[in-house]
Amino acid sequence: MKHVELMDISKSYDKQTNVLDEINLSINKGEFFVLVGPSGCGKSTLLRMVAGLEEITGGVLKLNDEVANHLPPKNRNLSMVFQNYALYPHLTVEQNILFGLDVKRVNKKEQKRRLMETAEMIGLSELLKRKPKELSGGQRQRVALARSVVSEAPLCLMDEPLSNLDAKLRAHMRVEIRRLQRKLGLTMIYVTHDQVEAMTMGDRIMVLNDGKVQQVGKPITLYNEPANTFVASFIGSPKMNMGKAELFVENRQIKVEDKLTFHLSPSDLIHIPADKKTMIGIRAEHIYPATEQDATNYLEVVGVEQLGNETIIVFEELGGHLWNAKWPGQWAINLGDKVPVNISVQNFCFFDAENGQLIQPAYQEQNQEQEVIAQ
Amino acid sequence: MRMPLSKKISLYTLLTVSAFLVFVPIIFAFLMSFMNSQDAMLGKIIPSVWTLDNYVKAFERLPLLKFLFNSLMTSLLIMIGQLVLSSLAAYAFVFLKFKGRDALFFLFIATMMIPFEASIIPNFQTVKGMNLLDTYPGLALPFLATAFGTFLLRQTFKQIPKELKEASEIAGMGHFKFYLTVVLPVAKTSLVTLALYGFLTAWNMYLWPLLSTTNDHVRTVQIGLKQLQSQETVNQWGVVMAGAMVVAIPTLILLFVGQKRLQKGLAEGALK
Repeated sequence: MKHVELMDISKSYDKQTNVLDEINLSINKGEFFVLVGPSGCGKSTLLRMVAGLEEITGGVLKLNDEVANHLPPKNRNLSMVFQNYALYPHLTVEQNILFGLDVKRVNKKEQKRRLMETAEMIGLSELLKRKPKELSGGQRQRVALARSVVSEAPLCLMDEPLSNLDAKLRAHMRVEIRRLQRKLGLTMIYVTHDQVEAMTMGDRIMVLNDGKVQQVGKPITLYNEPANTFVASFIGSPKMNMGKAELFVENRQIKVEDKLTFHLSPSDLIHIPADKKTMIGIRAEHIYPATEQDATNYLEVVGVEQLGNETIIVFEELGGHLWNAKWPGQWAINLGDKVPVNISVQNFCFFDAENGQLIQPAYQEQNQEQEVIAQ
Repeated sequence: MRMPLSKKISLYTLLTVSAFLVFVPIIFAFLMSFMNSQDAMLGKIIPSVWTLDNYVKAFERLPLLKFLFNSLMTSLLIMIGQLVLSSLAAYAFVFLKFKGRDALFFLFIATMMIPFEASIIPNFQTVKGMNLLDTYPGLALPFLATAFGTFLLRQTFKQIPKELKEASEIAGMGHFKFYLTVVLPVAKTSLVTLALYGFLTAWNMYLWPLLSTTNDHVRTVQIGLKQLQSQETVNQWGVVMAGAMVVAIPTLILLFVGQKRLQKGLAEGALK
């Protein structure tokens, strides 16, 4: 069942340029939906429009199948968690959590019950009498979360709630928020600029750039079949390696940035698009280490990042971008070395050279999946 | 900050000397209020005999207590009025969105450039027209709306994150409730500052109470003091000083009490 529906939603501040351009979207009940994009792409504005904090310039917003364009925030039956938590500094944790309930005239007994339940669930029972300034960042975050849970609103909006926390706590809270959302069956719209958060938390993700929808889909679909070069470089870390490619059918060759040449097998020729000029993308994990024998290319190393369990090797510039490879294990490589690598055309994603739209995703992927299933 | 001892010594000496210079007239007035008239005439600094006669005389000659009460009432009225009006106006300037809001605010601020003396005649006419001469409301009315107070509170209110407003909007709270339950408590420190400032300014007012009152029934203590001075013959300076001391005491008390609250307010700080 659809919970939130956006039809041709646009937003403009100066009546000339659109910050958001004809967004169409529907979010189901109980879904964890992530809005992701770089800073200033309009994702927070979109969220605030759903909340009713920002006016809708054009289009229709439906909540529970009813038009809600001009509904005041309090009648939308939702809760919201802000990036800076928006805790009232003069109130204790308990008062902060119950703040909204007082306004909604929930009776004291019911308030007490919900408070105890929520505090228990989120682990705040010890802190109820403290003021926000006596809490750590993570604890404040939890209070904000508790305030939203205690309202028992079926729709929860979160605007970059984890961006003020350190990496470890962020990973922990990610799991906690996801668990809470599942347990309470909340419909969640979650805004973030962090693609890792988007990938790990979302049932579905919408990638926004410059006020336009780039792609909507399951995290793994976005990773494997990015709709355009923007999504390809935004989703995944390190980002997808891109380069201009030229196809020479007569020589059975494809050349990337005039530097890397790949020979095409007959089956490759069937699979890859016939366009002369394309943009190709390849994931860092698909640039494999190779020996002299099976090397397809040699690349100069300009940087090595040791992560312990894996090594990120940064190669020379190709078409103005550094290429990355991610190799499992630990590799002792010196800067300036020319290392042999194995790159397969099967792992290429092909994009239109002009508009960057996906022509064809990597077809290796499907083969591998089938192998896994066969085993 | 760490600084060398020599610099510290010279700085503290300078501070002490200037503090002393500023304070000398008050110390002198304080000492003089305990002198008999002979000592005062001779220009002594330490009284040869300590006496409370001056205070007794000051209270005998003038209804000082009545004056003090009048001053207190007027000042309180002005203080409360300023707090209510300034905070409401500042709220509107920060949290309500309407066309020409900023232009209106600058116009409002521009009134700070008009000295009170320039508007004293229209004010007098207005208050007279409202039949409020010789009343507390008449004394207080021209001072209730203050551009300075609005400016001060607007600055404070602007520090309140707009997410707090939005969070309460989502919770279903209206403007007035938000103003009462969030804005005022959060801006407590500035409210105390404004209250103190308003009270002290009102307490020290001279020209307006002089103009708008005609009898001792509502006159304030500053005018009483002036009366004391003009009634006195030259050899009774001690009485005038005693009166001045009495007038200054409430101000000082307020300052000491307020200082503590101010510090407490500042220490509480706001959550970033």
